[in-house]
Amino acid sequence: MAVATGNSFASRFGVHIAVLVFVAIWTIPTLGILVSSLRDKNQIIASGWWNSFASSTQTEAGRLPPASTQVEKDGKFVLEGNIFGDGAKRDISAFGVKSAAPTQYPAGTSADLGDGVALQLNADGSFVMQSPKAFEGDRGQRVYYASSAPPKFTTDNYRTVLFSEGIGRSFMNSLTVTIPATVIPILIAAFAAYALAWMRFPGRALLIAVIIGLLVVPLQMSLIPLLKLYNGVGAFFGMPSKTYLGIWLAHTGFGLPFAIYLLRSYIAGLPREIMESARIDGASDFEIFVKIVLPLSFPVLASFAIFQFLWVWNDLLVAMVFLGTEADQIVLTAKLNALLGSRGGDWEILTTSAFVTIIVPLIVFFSLQRYFVRGLLAGSVKGG
Amino acid sequence: MAAQIFSAIFVIIVGVGGCVAYFWGANKLVDLIFPSRGVAGAAAIDNLRRQGLVRPWLFVGPAMIILTIYLIYPVVETLRLSFLDRSGINFVGLANYEWAFGDREFRNSILNNIIWLAVVPAACTFLGLIIAVLTDKIWWGTIAKSLIFLPLAISFVGASVIWKFIYEYRGEGQTQIGILNAIIQHFGGQPQVWISLPFWNNFFLMIILIWIQTGFAMVILSSALRGIPEETLEAAVIDGANPFQIFWKIMVPQIWGTIAVVWTTITILVLKVFDIVLTMTNGQWNSQVLANLMFDWMFRGGGDFGRGATIAIIIMIAVIPIMVWNIRQANKETGGH
Repeated sequence: MAVATGNSFASRFGVHIAVLVFVAIWTIPTLGILVSSLRDKNQIIASGWWNSFASSTQTEAGRLPPASTQVEKDGKFVLEGNIFGDGAKRDISAFGVKSAAPTQYPAGTSADLGDGVALQLNADGSFVMQSPKAFEGDRGQRVYYASSAPPKFTTDNYRTVLFSEGIGRSFMNSLTVTIPATVIPILIAAFAAYALAWMRFPGRALLIAVIIGLLVVPLQMSLIPLLKLYNGVGAFFGMPSKTYLGIWLAHTGFGLPFAIYLLRSYIAGLPREIMESARIDGASDFEIFVKIVLPLSFPVLASFAIFQFLWVWNDLLVAMVFLGTEADQIVLTAKLNALLGSRGGDWEILTTSAFVTIIVPLIVFFSLQRYFVRGLLAGSVKGG
Repeated sequence: MAAQIFSAIFVIIVGVGGCVAYFWGANKLVDLIFPSRGVAGAAAIDNLRRQGLVRPWLFVGPAMIILTIYLIYPVVETLRLSFLDRSGINFVGLANYEWAFGDREFRNSILNNIIWLAVVPAACTFLGLIIAVLTDKIWWGTIAKSLIFLPLAISFVGASVIWKFIYEYRGEGQTQIGILNAIIQHFGGQPQVWISLPFWNNFFLMIILIWIQTGFAMVILSSALRGIPEETLEAAVIDGANPFQIFWKIMVPQIWGTIAVVWTTITILVLKVFDIVLTMTNGQWNSQVLANLMFDWMFRGGGDFGRGATIAIIIMIAVIPIMVWNIRQANKETGGH
């Protein structure tokens, strides 16, 4: 598509800029959680992730040592030391003694705390507090300070969510749901697709129409009857109604119309001569299917497998209805949804968990994009 | 957990093995019952004909059984349940429908769904088309398309977390960690709690779906644009058409069919949108939609199956025109085959 007009330098430049803007808008959101998931959890709330390579300023509280460590010097009682007992290197920009005004005094200046008491806190954390009277009490003076810390990246968040927030377990649950629910429909759909494409029988056209109709039936139509059915079957056999078997079959059922539609349109497009020459050689439909159609259909089978994998992995609705919310059944999407409720403001947990849930689809997507796009183009009736 | 992995592997083996055994066994059985080899001519032809009658049903049988249980029966049953009370026992006539249209939350959902339907498919198709045209003209277009396409692989829940982080709100004057409020504060504006602003919050939720689905529209439309014959474009250039005229008068009319497919596909998706609303607001602050309301009624107060089914039927009614259109299109295409 070489459109010759509008190829002036200015308009070509404009196209580059416009695409760059689109790409930026589409990638920055994901980049945001990726960067945040690798940041120290105190820094996530102290500065925006786009500033994560700059030092971040945060307000913290500390306590001076108790009165027992005071020394008497020139008739004054003095407390000395460094507020960063751990020797961490941070730059203090301001300090204060009231939580309402944590940055009242610039670092290095002397603050008058009343009754002749003066406190000086320097940028490196060292402090001097002097008083004409002896200090009393076991608890030292509370001090607030704003300090800037160098950027700190860590994989701690991943360790936390995987092993103590239950995301690791949910990851296994998601795999347990997804793999059988992807594999089982393929063969069932392939046989049906072959019959609908190459075998003649009464009612075939009607069946095809029904399948195309079912492609767009909202999942919502199935939920309540199936929930009732599962409860009934579970009660009848004295088993729990929320089982992996139940969700495997449900995903198989919901994926079948698209699978049959996609495979049928591909298999119907295979060259007629191959089928006919095989038939003349005495091959039965079964042999034709297994020996010719199945191998030739590999690309479309791969397309469907990717679609079904992404759809099942990313599904929340079916998992919430047909699986329990206990640790041994909750899948990643449901777990992430639960965390949004229970860990609402803990962005280090949420961003990291979100990234764990999207990493598998992203890998599948990037490594198999060719098949994904092909499936999309062939079956754009359902679409994701 | 080991038991769980083992049982998953077991299911794959049993499931796939069972399918293979069924298809292979059923096929053998047909050959045994109606032998076509080693019998006299007339009988062989007769048996071949019988095989031809039975075998297709063996092939489509399993799929039909599953489709019947998981989709066809539920459609009928949901319709029936919508005329019954909350427990699904007593007939209540149209009471559920009367309730629905009198219910404030339901009417709010319908209104929101209409806004979603008006905005999201249009925005995705429009943006997808623009990006498809622009990326076709530059050398790094494939990379750009890949990156814009990427959100399609992300779950709605994951996308909701991603965007919730963008919309994150801190009080005025504090350090904003949500990028949207940070930008607004940087230019002297007032930070907002975006997802609880009545009415406008709908649009902040829609942006998430647009972000996900634009890549879909872009890929489909991009391939349709490639199919436009060069001559039509060259002729337009020779006639002195400017790029905008070429776009609107030459390219767009030739891909109307594809635009319609993209539009309807996203429309269906919008009608079913559930995850985004559940995770972002759970329908609070007037952002409820039908699919989430339906889920809510399935479990609210022990579950009201009658009302849940009624809402499902209303979603279904909205889908039916597209369904009919799809079937007619498919019949046209496969008419001869």
